[in-house]
Amino acid sequence: MSERWILFKRNLGGFWKAFRRSRMGKIGAFLLITALFLAVFAPLLTPYQPTDTIRDANGRGLTFAPPSVHGPLGTDDAGRDVWTQLVYGARISLMIGFVAGSLAMFIGSAFGIFAGYYGGKLDTLLMRITDIFLVIPDLPLTLILIAVVRQMNLGIPPLVVLIAVIGLLYWTSTARLIRSQVLSIKERQFVARARAIGASNSHIIRKHIFPQVLPLIVASTVLIISTAILVESGLAFLGLGDPTQPSWGTMLNFAFDRSAISNGAWWFYLPPGLAIVWVTLGCVLLGNVLEEMFNPRLTAHHLEGDEKMIARPTPEG
Amino acid sequence: MNRRDYLFRKIVFGLITLCIVVTIDFFLFRVLPGDPVRAVIGRNVRISKENQQALREQFGLDKPIFPDQFFDTLGQWVHGNLGISWSLRRPVGEVLISKLGSTLLLISLGQIFSIVLGIALGLFAGWKRKKAVDVGALTFSLIAWATPTFWLGIILLAVGSSLFGLPTGGSVDPANVNKTFFENLPDIARHLILPTLTFTIVYLGEYMLIMRSSVLEVLGEDYILTAKAKGMSNWQVMRKHALKNAMLPIVTLIALNLGFTVSGAIYVETVFSYDGLGKLFQDALAKQDFPLLQGAFLLLAVSVIIANMLADILYTYLDPRVRQT
Repeated sequence: MSERWILFKRNLGGFWKAFRRSRMGKIGAFLLITALFLAVFAPLLTPYQPTDTIRDANGRGLTFAPPSVHGPLGTDDAGRDVWTQLVYGARISLMIGFVAGSLAMFIGSAFGIFAGYYGGKLDTLLMRITDIFLVIPDLPLTLILIAVVRQMNLGIPPLVVLIAVIGLLYWTSTARLIRSQVLSIKERQFVARARAIGASNSHIIRKHIFPQVLPLIVASTVLIISTAILVESGLAFLGLGDPTQPSWGTMLNFAFDRSAISNGAWWFYLPPGLAIVWVTLGCVLLGNVLEEMFNPRLTAHHLEGDEKMIARPTPEG
Repeated sequence: MNRRDYLFRKIVFGLITLCIVVTIDFFLFRVLPGDPVRAVIGRNVRISKENQQALREQFGLDKPIFPDQFFDTLGQWVHGNLGISWSLRRPVGEVLISKLGSTLLLISLGQIFSIVLGIALGLFAGWKRKKAVDVGALTFSLIAWATPTFWLGIILLAVGSSLFGLPTGGSVDPANVNKTFFENLPDIARHLILPTLTFTIVYLGEYMLIMRSSVLEVLGEDYILTAKAKGMSNWQVMRKHALKNAMLPIVTLIALNLGFTVSGAIYVETVFSYDGLGKLFQDALAKQDFPLLQGAFLLLAVSVIIANMLADILYTYLDPRVRQT
């Protein structure tokens, strides 16, 4: 059996074993799955539409009704059901997170693989580009990019602009992570062997490098999705979301602008934020566990276990 | 590579980054539809065609965008001339400087608190890996990372204003604007409590995490094992060998974080209506005041890049190893 296949099997087998043992990973998966459930089954979870106004017995709109008056999460300033907005908002927030995150993952992985594999001048160039991205303050850049694209009136839907800008700006961490992994993989024997029998660079990248970094790409995608969801919520809060397709960030923008705080309408501004924390935390927990499994680092700790000395474990391989 | 080469490379990199930022900032706002002469004279001002043409020539807008206009604008920027704000009808440079102080005050306070607390807690957490302290610290920083800054601000605003009677916004009470700075000091401090707290909580988690993993890394080094083998106590090893070395990444992180603190300032100042650069940026965005956005971005990006260069220079003094690498 080839070394590559053995490595792959060890990764996969080790993955399930480690995952079953990891409580963090399980919690993360639970948080993500429940959020996905809300998003997918939104119409079944509420009798209303996000834009419906809830009315009292006299036909007047119920504004800022607390959960005790109208369940489960009360109404907003315009008498719309907060729970309905929350489950429909899950669709927008998650969709933006997944699409923008995938775009960033795609760019970052391509950068990381090419920089790591080819090395030399290309590596230096690509890494300097990521360094530059790292130094430029990202939120102001994101904001002016979106503002300028909107002003140009190209007829692109606001959410597409949001997704594109997030995807195009937040890929640097993936690029670095993937690059360092590729640097170590390309020194492995199966790569040298493939090269010795005359395999082309593109063949080696497709058949040997890519399958090896794929698990790490998946882990890093989960992490980027959390960043994308956070960034989107912030942009929407600053008023750059699409009011006709409200995400959780847009809900918070409405809540803040329409004085939910001074009205004491905690049921309006707490749930969307909690939902964001819920999903981001889920991604981070799951992503970290995955990353740690595929990219093992710290093992030794010389001050652990009171005052006794401990021997350093032999490094693997 | 010796230290001079290292510094030289870092400075060249910083200068290249500066050029790129300036270029982006210039061309980004030039692809906008409409007449750039409006950027100079302000929106909704009626000026005859002849006068507009005269202005256009006076400001060099009849020349080609590159290289003439580009370098003209660059020259203007170097002299601090960033154009006129559309919404405020005042020079952008003047507006920016008037807001700079309060933002610097807020950011520095937040950073100082989060760095000091973060180093202390991170050190402790890394030392007692997998103990209750560590698990608590990790959980906190994970949740802090997952929490949107502005939402944390909203919660603190709601709690702080209803339970503790803290001001809900602004940097000073409107009744006190005419008093001197020192008379206003208690009021300014009261207005700073909630924004600073938000800032501290948001960045604390990150400093703590970095300090923790840095401590863990250092504690895995052979010289720690050697020190331990010589019979030093854990506390001695920590104080004499681990602490200084573990703090090095914090320096880099502070510099790298400057970019994120700018983001934080935009959120925090928006939530607390705090009268600084972040709120100014958000207002400019809402009013589509492009000259102001352009100038604010230039100021923010340039300060972050220069701060990063300074941090790199400082680093060569703190970590002698970079002289050899």
